[in-house]
Amino acid sequence: MPSLTIDGKAVDVPVGTTIINAAEKIGIEIPRYCYHKHLSVAGNCRMCLVEVEKFPKLQTACSTVVTDGMVVRTDTEKVRKAVTGVLEFLLINHPIDCPICDQAGECELQNYYMKFGLHKSRFALEDKVRKKKVQDIGGQIVLDAERCILCSRCVRFLEEVTGTRELQFFRRGDHSEISVFPGRPLNNNYTGNLADICPVGALTSKDFRFKCRVWFLKAFPSVCTGCARGCNVEAFFKGDILYRYKPRVNEAVNRAWMCDFGRLEYKKANNARLLVPFVREDGREKMMSWGGLLPQVAYRLKDAVEREGPDAAAVIASPQSSNEELYLVRRIASDLLGTKNLAFTSRVPGDGFSDGFLIRGDKNPNSRGAQLLRIPGGPAFDELVVKIAAGKVRALLLFGDVLGDLTQEETAGLLSMVPFVAQAGTNEGPVSAVATAVLPIASVAERGGTFTNHAGRVQRFHAGFPPRGKAKDTIGFLTSLANRLGAGWAFDGEASVFRALAATEGPFAGMSYESIGSLGQEAKG
Amino acid sequence: MTIGIRKVARPREMTFPESLYLVEIVKGLGVTMGHMLRNIVRQEGIMTMEYPEVRRRMPPRFRGRHRLMRRPDGSPRCVACYCCATACPAKCITIVAGESPDPAVEKYPVRFDIDMLRCVFCGLCVEACPCDAIRMDTGWFTPPDDSREKLIFTIDVLLEK
Ligand code: SF4
Ligand code: SF4
Ligand code: SF4
Ligand code: SF4
Ligand code: FES
Repeated sequence: MPSLTIDGKAVDVPVGTTIINAAEKIGIEIPRYCYHKHLSVAGNCRMCLVEVEKFPKLQTACSTVVTDGMVVRTDTEKVRKAVTGVLEFLLINHPIDCPICDQAGECELQNYYMKFGLHKSRFALEDKVRKKKVQDIGGQIVLDAERCILCSRCVRFLEEVTGTRELQFFRRGDHSEISVFPGRPLNNNYTGNLADICPVGALTSKDFRFKCRVWFLKAFPSVCTGCARGCNVEAFFKGDILYRYKPRVNEAVNRAWMCDFGRLEYKKANNARLLVPFVREDGREKMMSWGGLLPQVAYRLKDAVEREGPDAAAVIASPQSSNEELYLVRRIASDLLGTKNLAFTSRVPGDGFSDGFLIRGDKNPNSRGAQLLRIPGGPAFDELVVKIAAGKVRALLLFGDVLGDLTQEETAGLLSMVPFVAQAGTNEGPVSAVATAVLPIASVAERGGTFTNHAGRVQRFHAGFPPRGKAKDTIGFLTSLANRLGAGWAFDGEASVFRALAATEGPFAGMSYESIGSLGQEAKG
Repeated sequence: MTIGIRKVARPREMTFPESLYLVEIVKGLGVTMGHMLRNIVRQEGIMTMEYPEVRRRMPPRFRGRHRLMRRPDGSPRCVACYCCATACPAKCITIVAGESPDPAVEKYPVRFDIDMLRCVFCGLCVEACPCDAIRMDTGWFTPPDDSREKLIFTIDVLLEK
């Protein structure tokens, strides 16, 4: 293990470590543009220059491998002057578009200018090289060639991560610019990441474009609900509106990336939400209060069981629910209603596209969790559908907004066989269009819990803000429903449910929110 | 810091002639009549202003009602950068940005509302604007109105002046 000192602080690092990473280890941030932890080293921006004893010239910290006894200084006058010079060069042709640039507020040019630059431009405005702005280059990306600092992060991403190589540098000198080849726009499912890795505002998101200034947004850690991978995300919101997802680094799951479909998943928490409880009587919708509707749901379920036996009631769980919620749902079905009619399905409408990288065919975040919690899936769901179609089910409690991969008509046809269908869902859809009672529950941004991803990794998601409208936290709703069915539960929030779950469910034994932490933990089995 | 106590003189007792009021009323009427006669003879000296027909000339740095500036082609100069809304301590500026059909402009305000009932006329929005798109140099007070809605000035109202 070579040991070196950086700014007088000693540090031991493994062989092959670069200065930039060694410095990071002891909390010294060396400025950088082209270096990205998850991409190869290019060493072309020269922002990371540092002074190394016995080297005649300044060295790039991102590409210089440490040796034993190295003495590095990042804070000398010489370094500062060099970095300021590099920055001035980078800004020579920069349009300084900050007022209309979406990157403003999280732009490394702005940040480093405030830290190292603060110079007046020595370049006349009319001498700046103009390049093409506002180019739709496909995918989720808008390109502004003028703002590009030619760091090549995007080029390396498309080469090393997606392998699609759509972006390249063209022309020479200060006319160099980044662009796609004529007639060949970005064509992969990970384009959104380009906006994240571009350190400036050259590549920005089409979806987020002009929606909000980033300094108005607050963020909380969450998990993408788009597929069974469970990419770790940072969810950005203002008020009770989500504005965007950005990947959160988790080497074991998604590294620093996420797919373009997942990136738009946040919209489900904003649009077409179910926000008030209602019942459908003779085809008309009647608004209800939770206090008025819950006893009715409990009564109808109990009534079906008492009159025609436990199998006249059925519960369809959803792989969109958290482990905590699924655990309570199973206990309601098996312990309180005593019915064998409990099932879930991972099928959704659509083609179930998958690739070998992040995107999984299963479009639900918690199918694995449902399996580990012993909720019957697959054939059990089909059997239940047959039972429902035969008119054997008198009262149904249904979670989620869709019924497997059934179409709107099939869903309506099937559910018309059940006299009482209570849906606990977040969004309008084929189920809420026909359910007898609709119970609006909190979206993934409004409640907390854990999902188990396809590989059995249990990961936490958090509530960013309270539920919108009259939507209710699912745990609270399930607890009051269970208590009306005679349970006497005293669960208070997802943490208390997870403790109970970990105490009784084998795969989750010994786990706690502390041990899961922010990066997740593998379940057993 | 300690708080000092200051003794304030109480009003003295009225003297006997004062308590009769008669003399004082005549004295007071004298002042009133004096002013009235002076205003009839020398009208240019009248202090009262016949607002709103006549307006006071405001000093050049007076912070009055806002206006949004236009480019030579008539489109708003504002690029919806939200700097004013960020600086505003009263949080009374609401902007919704949109994609301008003119690629040279790129970003423009689809909505730009100032809630004049919340504005404290601090002028920070003007200071913050990088484009000199918002000014408070109209020399106008916010006129009174009969509903709250009318006092939320929209972009059309702000571009008018
Ligand atoms: S890239 Fe950064 S410095 Fe350049 S215009 Fe955008 S915010 Fe400003
Ligand atoms: S577009 Fe962004 S990431 Fe790509 S080279 Fe330019 S500055 Fe770097
Ligand atoms: S004058 Fe002050 S309070 Fe009024 S809009 Fe401007 S910044 Fe806000
Ligand atoms: S600061 Fe100026 S340019 Fe920016 S939004 Fe306000 S008025 Fe428009
Ligand atoms: S970060 Fe080292 S040269 Fe760019």
